[in-house]
Amino acid sequence: MASTDVIGAAQAQKKQGKGMSSKKKSRGPWLERYSALILAVVLLGAWQVLVPWSGLSEFVLPTPLAIAKRIVNELPLLASHAYVTLFEVVAGFAMAVLVGMPLALAIFYSRAFERAIYPILVALQTVPKVALAPLLVLYLGYGWAPKITLAFLISFFPIVISTVVGLQSLDKNLVNLVRSMGASEWQTFFKVRLPAALPNIFGGFKVAVSLAVIGAVIGEYVAAERGLGYLQLQANSLFDTTLNFATVVTISGLGVMLYFIIDTIEARFTYKRDAAK
Amino acid sequence: MSATTQMGAAVDISRLSKIYKTREDDDVLALDKIDLKIEPGSFVAVVGPSGCGKSTLLSLLAGLTPASTGSIAIDGDGVSKPHPKTGVVFQSDLLLYWRTVLDNILLPIEIKKLDVAKYRARAEELLAQVGLEGFGNKYPSELSGGMRQRVAICRALIQEPGLLLMDEPFGALDALTREQMIMDLQSMWLRLRNTVLFITHGIDEAVFLADRVLVMSPRPGRVDLDLKIDLPRPRQWSKTHEDKDYHGYVRQIRAIFEAKGILVAH
Ligand SMILES: Nc1ncnc2c1ncn2[C@@H]1O[C@H](COP(=O)(O)OP(=O)(O)OP(=O)(O)O)[C@@H](O)[C@H]1O
Ligand SMILES: [Mg+2]
Repeated sequence: MASTDVIGAAQAQKKQGKGMSSKKKSRGPWLERYSALILAVVLLGAWQVLVPWSGLSEFVLPTPLAIAKRIVNELPLLASHAYVTLFEVVAGFAMAVLVGMPLALAIFYSRAFERAIYPILVALQTVPKVALAPLLVLYLGYGWAPKITLAFLISFFPIVISTVVGLQSLDKNLVNLVRSMGASEWQTFFKVRLPAALPNIFGGFKVAVSLAVIGAVIGEYVAAERGLGYLQLQANSLFDTTLNFATVVTISGLGVMLYFIIDTIEARFTYKRDAAK
Repeated sequence: MSATTQMGAAVDISRLSKIYKTREDDDVLALDKIDLKIEPGSFVAVVGPSGCGKSTLLSLLAGLTPASTGSIAIDGDGVSKPHPKTGVVFQSDLLLYWRTVLDNILLPIEIKKLDVAKYRARAEELLAQVGLEGFGNKYPSELSGGMRQRVAICRALIQEPGLLLMDEPFGALDALTREQMIMDLQSMWLRLRNTVLFITHGIDEAVFLADRVLVMSPRPGRVDLDLKIDLPRPRQWSKTHEDKDYHGYVRQIRAIFEAKGILVAH
């Protein structure tokens, strides 16, 4: 997540124009911008050097280069499984959005509904979703259904909460402002409430999509014939640690990719409040 | 679009009261049977101690809060919801940070579903009038507090409201910016000649700007003094502030606050 902060800061600098930021820039925007990358390279380099030096075998801890080579060699295999997991994650996340957003709206607009549903939601949230995985397999079989359901269940809560909080935290004076212009509730929602809540909502989406990846992979651990979680279990049983690592890297690559897709959509649809500060 | 010489709206308030119901059933009587007639095209300032019901009066006039008893009419129409002829400037600028300055000014046009393209030139003209030429594509966070409040005023003026309601619009500004804004407001009003209700706790800015100053008593809000201000226009900053009559008016208002113990005489 640190890397997105860096990107956010870079965007802010771009929007800020030239004159105002000269002081900050003189401290080295180059170093600031690439600091995450530099640190990553240093850590990976250390790993690469320390493994042979310490005498650990490839079966215990492969070097980063070996993992990278393996990823390149096994690209078709990894891709075919990643494709399955990606589908489960996206489907589960989409369901969470489609169910979570209307629910959030109902909670926001109806006091009674909020009172009724909140305790239930919180109670459900305290159930560890992972513990439901075996049950879901029992009910829904070995296909993609239990994985999608798990991804949905695990990513649903942050979407509801962030949307409700985003809508509720609006300055009441802004509502008065547009009402004084004669706005209907419909207009108030689309001109003020929703745009003001978007940063919160996207924050919830980002958390949710990372969780959806976890949900899908755990579903695959329990019972699957395809998917990255399944591939990893296979590598495990074959003591193929390098492939195991290659799968882990692919899983996190999936999460990072989805995170950045949402981040890109957010940047297109919102203007950061303190972009120029 | 040229500045149409549109007459201001007439305001007629009679026996207006507002009671806020609170949870601990000690209801707050914020306004107590206010009677008030405002001439079309006049500039009326309201001063009064904090909590006397000034904002309540404005909120009722804006159609944002229902009256408890009594009635308000704007150009003869009873007010029960926001009247299309009114524009409001609140104490904080309330600009939408995700919209550019120009899109903020055009918000009322969008909400009233009018042709936004037609008003673009007018919005830019207004910006130029308050010294913000070329700022249309900036975002509010790129402006200073004074600039933002100017934009908020442009937003209220885009439709040339027959009745402009302002709730301590310069309260949050530094003295220099405030002086500039007071002068800008006067020239805008001299051009438009609409009806303005200007709420403030600054006695001097009330006297400087208004044709008529209403002094409100502490809660429950009533009009204690209705003072006609007879100073030549356009008023100039130093000249008017040195005027003997100007000081007479200020003293008269201070005397009321001192008598009520809101200000200590010294
Ligand atoms: N929504 C509300 N619910 C209950 N009481 C309220 C509400 N709004 C205002 N009041 C009360 O009504 C009285 C008048 O409030 P109002 O905001 O109109 O004062 P004001 O003259 O604008 O004060 P200030 O100069 O501080 O802005 C106050 O005593 C306040 O506590
Ligand atoms: Mg007030």
